[in-house]
Amino acid sequence: MSKPKVAFYWCASCGGCEEAVVDLAEDILKVVAAVDIVFWPVALDFKKSDVEAMKDGEIVVSFINGAIRSSEQHEMVELLRRKSQVVIAFGSCAHLGGIPGLANTFDRQEMIQEVYFKAPSVTNEEKMVPQLAYDTPSGTLTLPQLWNTVKSLDQVIKVEYYLPGCPPPVKLINEAVGAILSGKLPAPGSVLAPDIALCEECERRDTKPEKMALKSFKRPFEIEVDQKTCLLAQGLLCLGPITRQGCGSACPKGNMPCTGCMGPTGRIIDFGAKAISAYASMADSNDDQEIIDILSQIVDPIGTFHRYSLPASQMHRRYQPSVQGEKQP
Amino acid sequence: MSDAINKNNGFEPRIVAFFCNWCTYTAADLAGPARMQYAANVRVVRVMCSGRIDAQFIVKAFREGADGVLIGGCHPGDCHYQEGNYKALRRMTLLKRYMTSMGIEPERLRMEWIAASEGDKVQKVINQMTEQVRQLGPLHLEPMNVTEMHEHVAKENVTVVQGGTP
Repeated sequence: MSKPKVAFYWCASCGGCEEAVVDLAEDILKVVAAVDIVFWPVALDFKKSDVEAMKDGEIVVSFINGAIRSSEQHEMVELLRRKSQVVIAFGSCAHLGGIPGLANTFDRQEMIQEVYFKAPSVTNEEKMVPQLAYDTPSGTLTLPQLWNTVKSLDQVIKVEYYLPGCPPPVKLINEAVGAILSGKLPAPGSVLAPDIALCEECERRDTKPEKMALKSFKRPFEIEVDQKTCLLAQGLLCLGPITRQGCGSACPKGNMPCTGCMGPTGRIIDFGAKAISAYASMADSNDDQEIIDILSQIVDPIGTFHRYSLPASQMHRRYQPSVQGEKQP
Repeated sequence: MSDAINKNNGFEPRIVAFFCNWCTYTAADLAGPARMQYAANVRVVRVMCSGRIDAQFIVKAFREGADGVLIGGCHPGDCHYQEGNYKALRRMTLLKRYMTSMGIEPERLRMEWIAASEGDKVQKVINQMTEQVRQLGPLHLEPMNVTEMHEHVAKENVTVVQGGTP
């Protein structure tokens, strides 16, 4: 019997998820021995036409990382969806929209203005902007369409499983591959990580106070971070209490607060809104003005609480009243 | 009221109200037998305490078609559970900043302390808020499902101009 076929693909991502696959180190040899990698643009020289030539459902699993924000990415993931039995959203960007998803606080025009005209390092005297098509003597050149709204993978195609993390921890990748090879996958729609808050596996757990009451919120550079004490108790916005575990609490171990890349635990419907509820109520004051003052130390609520999750949140993107009457995704 | 309707193309705001069981909901109950009339635009959800109201509920209300959200809790110091209303106050403070960054007018979210005896305040607040949201106009945040999401994806792909003029 031939080995099961597996594909890897990247969309709007940084490449860290590809690194994570390589981080399997010698374990990757076991994977390569057990499966046949038929498509992996970062590492292997297969072309789109190779995938097109396959039968529908011929690929057993496609691991797709990155958010979806262009017509090209859309076309590729639709193709892989057709050719695959199982699609796994790999990493925070595919899972929840990730850091590229923060672009949803702007629109396409604002982004193009910023990148091609306003950024301090840009000189663009000819006022060049990307065009979808450009005629040259030797033919027409085309570029993919940049979307107005960044989307998570499951907002574009059907997704069976999610491997969270920025990037997904090696341990979870190994477990997922093991589950696929042994056919012991959980119910479709599952996130392949424990549904328990990060605090439970954090080494600082015992120093977490029963009742969290904070007079001030701090950013890591503002204080000398104690190595043993609960980071939240030190005033740092550690998102451990609402974030899934599975990363071995890597950031708190490195003396940095959790930023929530593993996504919310199962019962949370909106990571950012939940975080607002959880962290705002820790402000230790009953006075209107003092509450405003304490909470003003949370400098960037969207960037902090929706760092990896804006497209998958209930708001999805910044509301654009200019398109009134049209449904706002 | 008919004037106001004409001003905004007959727009009738939908307002979701979360009232705490011990104070504001009781006050709303009091307004009824006392025959105090208030705008019918408010749909009341009873919760045990304003401290139970998660920011997720409020965003969900907006997402599912509310044009405004009204929170009613006990006066400071009167919370049946000691400090639930303070928690609600802290959450609403941060949520309003979030809404502003997300392009939604913070006036669409209002929080009021209304004691069990203040039926007249329920009437006043609901009427005021209905009028205010009417002035703000409708919020077109419609419920979303995956199929719609996919339709939207199809639409994104046919938008033509990428750069446009600077």
